[in-house]
Amino acid sequence: MADEMTTTPARPDAPAGRPSGPGGRPGGPGGPGGRKFFRRKKVCKFCTEKIDAISYRDVRLLQGFVAERGKIVPRRLTGVCTTHQRRLTRAIKQARNIALLPFAARF
Amino acid sequence: MQRFYEVMFIVRPDMADEDLDKLIAGLEQTVTNGGGNLRSTEKLGRRKLAYLVRKFADGNYILLTVDADGALVAELERRLRVSEPVIKFITVRMDEEEKRLNKVKAIRASRRKLSAIPPEPVEAAPAPAETAAPASA
Repeated sequence: MADEMTTTPARPDAPAGRPSGPGGRPGGPGGPGGRKFFRRKKVCKFCTEKIDAISYRDVRLLQGFVAERGKIVPRRLTGVCTTHQRRLTRAIKQARNIALLPFAARF
Repeated sequence: MQRFYEVMFIVRPDMADEDLDKLIAGLEQTVTNGGGNLRSTEKLGRRKLAYLVRKFADGNYILLTVDADGALVAELERRLRVSEPVIKFITVRMDEEEKRLNKVKAIRASRRKLSAIPPEPVEAAPAPAETAAPASA
């Protein structure tokens, strides 16, 4: 009985070392110098700044979430939360439809 | 059933101002005649288009906000499609979004009230910790 009691609390320590694993951004510093800069925890811009209406008319805002060629930037790069990414996507697509944003930018 | 819509459309840039006013007045007329309520009309001005539309590189943006039902929106869209100077339009339903925003606003207002109270719980929290410490020792 005593042995079982000691083995179970030991378990939680094993997964604790994991958090450093995910969140890899391609093109990071992969040289021999190791990590050159500290990767900041990404937070949802809409949650922190309490922007709840994402309008298709707000081109200035939407432009920040569109890549150079006009693609929607994925959530894993921008750190936007799922709910807001969904609304953002909708807004960007509406803006494209009325020619406020390009479908594909001319190089 | 009345719903709240935004109708945005682009007219060709080479259109005279009087003609534009006439076009807008005509659309407003259809809204009021069709039993809808016109909330506002806004000329957003001339803007460069993100891509070519009917070989135009820029256009005049106009925004109508309207309370209307489905039949009226269909009629409005038909008119926009038929009128030659209008090169693009989009209708977006806003009432559900508005409802959600009001809800969020209400929740946020109620949270503020709670955050005004806290002083008491902060004082209460350290007290049990002190009593717990001697017990373990």
